[in-house]
Parts: sequence; C-alpha cells; structure tokens
Amino acid sequence: MVFLEFEKPLEELHEQLNNIKEVGEKGGLDVTPIVSELEQKIESTRNEIYSNLTGWQRVQLSRHPERPYTLHYIDEICEDFVELHGDRAFKDDKAIVGGLGTIDGQRVMIIGHQKGVNTKLRQYRNFGMPNPEGYRKALRLMKIAEKFDIPVVTFIDTPGAFPGLEAEERGQAEAIARNLIEMAQLETQILCYVIGEGASGGAIGIGLGDRVYMLENTWYSVISPESCSSILWRSWDYKETAAEQLKLTATDVKGLGVIDGIINEPAGGAHADHKEMADILKKQILKDLKELKPIKKDQLLQKRIEKYEKMGVFEDRKN
Amino acid sequence: MGWFKRLKYGIQTATKHKKEAPEGLWYKCKKCNETSTNKELKENFLKCPHCGYHTRIGSYDYFDLLFDENKYELLGEEVQSVDHLSFEDLKPYTQRLEEAAKKNKATDSITVAKGTVKGNPIVVAAMDFTFIGGSMGSVMGERISRGIDYCLKNKVPFMIISKSGGARMMESVLSLMQMAKTSAKLSLLSKNSIPYFSFMTDPTTGGVTASFAMQGDINFAEPNALIGFAGPRVIKETIKKDLPEGFQRSEFLLEHGFLDFIVDRSELRDKLGSLLHILKK
Ligand SMILES: [Zn+2]
Repeated sequence: MVFLEFEKPLEELHEQLNNIKEVGEKGGLDVTPIVSELEQKIESTRNEIYSNLTGWQRVQLSRHPERPYTLHYIDEICEDFVELHGDRAFKDDKAIVGGLGTIDGQRVMIIGHQKGVNTKLRQYRNFGMPNPEGYRKALRLMKIAEKFDIPVVTFIDTPGAFPGLEAEERGQAEAIARNLIEMAQLETQILCYVIGEGASGGAIGIGLGDRVYMLENTWYSVISPESCSSILWRSWDYKETAAEQLKLTATDVKGLGVIDGIINEPAGGAHADHKEMADILKKQILKDLKELKPIKKDQLLQKRIEKYEKMGVFEDRKN
Repeated sequence: MGWFKRLKYGIQTATKHKKEAPEGLWYKCKKCNETSTNKELKENFLKCPHCGYHTRIGSYDYFDLLFDENKYELLGEEVQSVDHLSFEDLKPYTQRLEEAAKKNKATDSITVAKGTVKGNPIVVAAMDFTFIGGSMGSVMGERISRGIDYCLKNKVPFMIISKSGGARMMESVLSLMQMAKTSAKLSLLSKNSIPYFSFMTDPTTGGVTASFAMQGDINFAEPNALIGFAGPRVIKETIKKDLPEGFQRSEFLLEHGFLDFIVDRSELRDKLGSLLHILKK
C-alpha cells in the first residue's frame, strides 16, 4: 500500500495492525479484540481524513500511483472490448487508448487517457500526456462511433497535452481545436468522466460532451496548481494556495456549472477498491446512456450547444 | 483612396485612442534598433519602415486598418468581467482588471465590431495583448458568442484576430470552458456555411490556439508571429534543449501545413476583401 503524506496517521495505524497480527501469530495469542479495535480506529481515522480534504490533497489523490486508469475500467466494466490503434496519419499514441466494447450488452466506443502502472509503463504511456496523434486517433474513433450510431464514452486523466517540440510541429493546438469543433456536432451521445487529472486543453480535447462527471477525488482546471504557482506567484512554493484559488475540486467545479455531477469513490478513494470503483462508474454510465438514448439527434446536438453556450460568469450591463 | 485617408485619420485620433502602438515622436525598432518617426511608422501600417517588423498593435488599430472609411459599430460591450472566484495571487484579480481597464481603450481582452471591408459586411473580433495578456476568460467567450449570434442572424462572415497568451488563470475552469463554448458556437457558423476567418498575430498561444484560432475555414497570420500550444519556455524546460531558430513562428507553421498563408499587414485589407468577395454567394 502506498500512503500519501496526509495519510500518515493511517499508515501508522496500519503498521500497528500488522505488528499486532504478527505478534499474535508468532506467540499463538488471541489478538482479535485489539485487531478489531484498531480496524475501527483505522476506519474512523480514514473517514475523518477523507471528509476534510483540501484541494491540494485531492490533487495528490488524483495522482495516486495505485489509482485505476482507463484500461482498468475497461477490463472491469466491458464484457467485450477490442482496442483500436493509430491515427492513420502518423502513429499510434500510447497516451490515449480507445476501442469498441459492450457494457451490459450496450455498444460503446470508449476513449481515454492512459497512464502507466509502473516506471517502465509510465514512460511508455508518456505519463498520460498525449501528442497530436492521440487526439487524432480519438477523433477517428469518434467518427466510427458516429457512423455506426454508437455512444462515445471518454475517460479523462491527464497532466496535460505533451509540450514537446514534435508535438508543436505536428500541430498539438490544431488537433485539440479540431476535436472540440467536431465533438460539438458529433451525431451520437458523448459521455465524459474525469477519472483522475483534468488538466487544461489536454483534458478538454476529449472532454466536450452531453454529460460530464467527475469522480470525487479528481480535479479539473485550466492549469495545474504547480504551473499556476510558478506563473502567477513566480515560485513553485504556492501549489497548495494555487490549488485552493483555482477551485478545482469536483464540488467546486460542480458549483461553477461546468459538470453535471460527482461520482462517489469507495471509502479511502478509488485506489482502495478498484472493483467497487468500477462498479459505481459502470452504474453511472448505464444510467447516462439510458437517459440520453431516447433523445433525438438534432435535439441532443441543440442541447449540447446550449449547455456550452451558457458557460461562463460575467456581468451583463444591459440586464 | 482608402489607405492614406484612413491612416491620416488614425494619426488624428492617436491621442484620443490609447493605442498599443508607441506614442511620442520617435519609434525605435525592437528588431533592428533603427529609429523612425511615428508618422513614418503609421504611414507604414505600424510596421518598422526599415525592416518591416510588425509592431504589436491593438484591436482598434486593426479596426482602423480594416473597416471601410473607418466606420464600425461595437458589439458585446455590455459584457464585462467579474471576479467570480475571488481569485488572488500576488494581486487580486479585481485589481488586475482595474489596472487593465485604466491603461487600455479596450474594455476587456477582446473587442468585437461590425462593419464592412471593401463593401463586404463582416464582424471582426480583435484582441488586446495589453489587457491581461489578451487572456481568454468568460468575457472573451461571451463576446465571441454574441458576435457569432449576430453573424448567424444576419448571414455575415466572422473573423477573429488573435493575440493572446492563452487562458485567464484567474477564472480557472471557467476560462478552460470558453474553448468548448467558442468551438460549439463556431460549429454553428460552419453548419450554416458562414465563413469564419482566423487571423493570428504575435503572440497566439495556449487555449486560444487550441480552440478558435485553429478552427478557421481559412487560417492566416502576420509574418513572424509566435503561434503555438505550449509556450517556448515550457517546451525548452521539457525537452532540455534549445529550440531551433524560427520554431513556432508563422513561417514554421506555414511550412508544417497549419496556415493557409502569411499576410503582410499592408496587404491584409486587400486579401480579406478578395476572400470575402469570392466566398460571397
Ligand atoms: Zn526594424
């Protein structure tokens, strides 16, 4: 188990628990009462810590190394899945994955950012930072979905689109821009779920949809707290402050009218129970599909445009 | 006709307009260090008379350069920024807004105007880099949105002149959503076969490039403008290498297939006039 800084009290309790269990086993002692007392303490401590999370702590949780990623969810929720590769122009981006599958018998095109589960794979996945060909692959798959009247489901989890030299040469901005204007008129349902990090253009490049949800311990912002600190405070030391100022938690983002809802995570966060997390997410996807499927395509598109048209807060001096 | 008259008008109004173009009698070029008079500069489309360097100019300068007889009407001025998140970094956002309002004629980072170019009606939205770095917040999104509404209603082409460092961080996720909002609205122009021109000037980066700036039916730029998604400093830090000469400049983008053409400021009005004329049904 990996414990985050603010989970220190939990880590200590878990150590105590393991020690007691070991002592009990070795000495042939009945430690059941102490064990259950400790387990209760762990649960109450965890609940206490998790009920008062700061913005920065949520950011840390969204990056938890044991957190489930797109392919985890696909494994758990699809009975059938065929991964599709490549943008047909340059190459196959490993930071965005996608393919055709079924969830409870319903056809879906799933597209998501993908991070690696160990050091080697993290590099292979470019830490979940797509290049333009990733966004172009995503669009290609969305067009297939549109053609065969299959809903699109996207999983968002990226620290940002990759800021590299070749990414610029191949038009990172154009790739994201094209996805946005195409997604606005894509004639099939689009469901988006922020499952980890929702950083800026890299996130919204597959994030314009009819329904957008955030898992409880994720963030969505125009910039990461670290970069915001470095630009606005001209120092890397204000990331916690920036995380508060940016109002990037699911609750804040919901309050700003940017997402449709928040999906609860299991006690202790998504990483604590992958299976339960996937079950919760699956239920939400099925619910959203059920709601959206009866809506006629022209109405769906009109509602999609109207939803984004309303986004923003300003003063209107004529009113 | 046309040019000279309008430029003269520009000179007369220079004191009244708080412009981005350098005030005072002399202009010293940032690029070649040569000096010229402001009169020479203005008569040369606010480009350095010695080396052709395109000085950074503001929304009203572009309106003066583009619209017939200098006549245009503003749209969306009723939309004004608010500090919805009570954002405060080294300065409160409200203070940044006040300071920007004081030093600019423009009332936010984008100004939208309708008029005619060579007799063709058009709505032009132009940015001011001196207004919080031309940053995209809710006001930019809403003014663009209202400009597009006018275009849809009146079947008039639309143009955005970009000059922006990207998103307005003080509006966080709401500024990010302006990428989606403007894209959604522009998709309606496309659906209705109304032309949309994206004109990129120095600099055009971040969320602005990754949304409406790259969505033009026709994308074009001023010479040597910095255009990109990530800023050069960030890229340099990421790859830990120096960037090649000319990287992310207009000429680089043209070469890589992301621009239709590069246009000298002196030919902007003619070229836009031709496009409007040819695309007219
Ligand atoms: Zn010069």
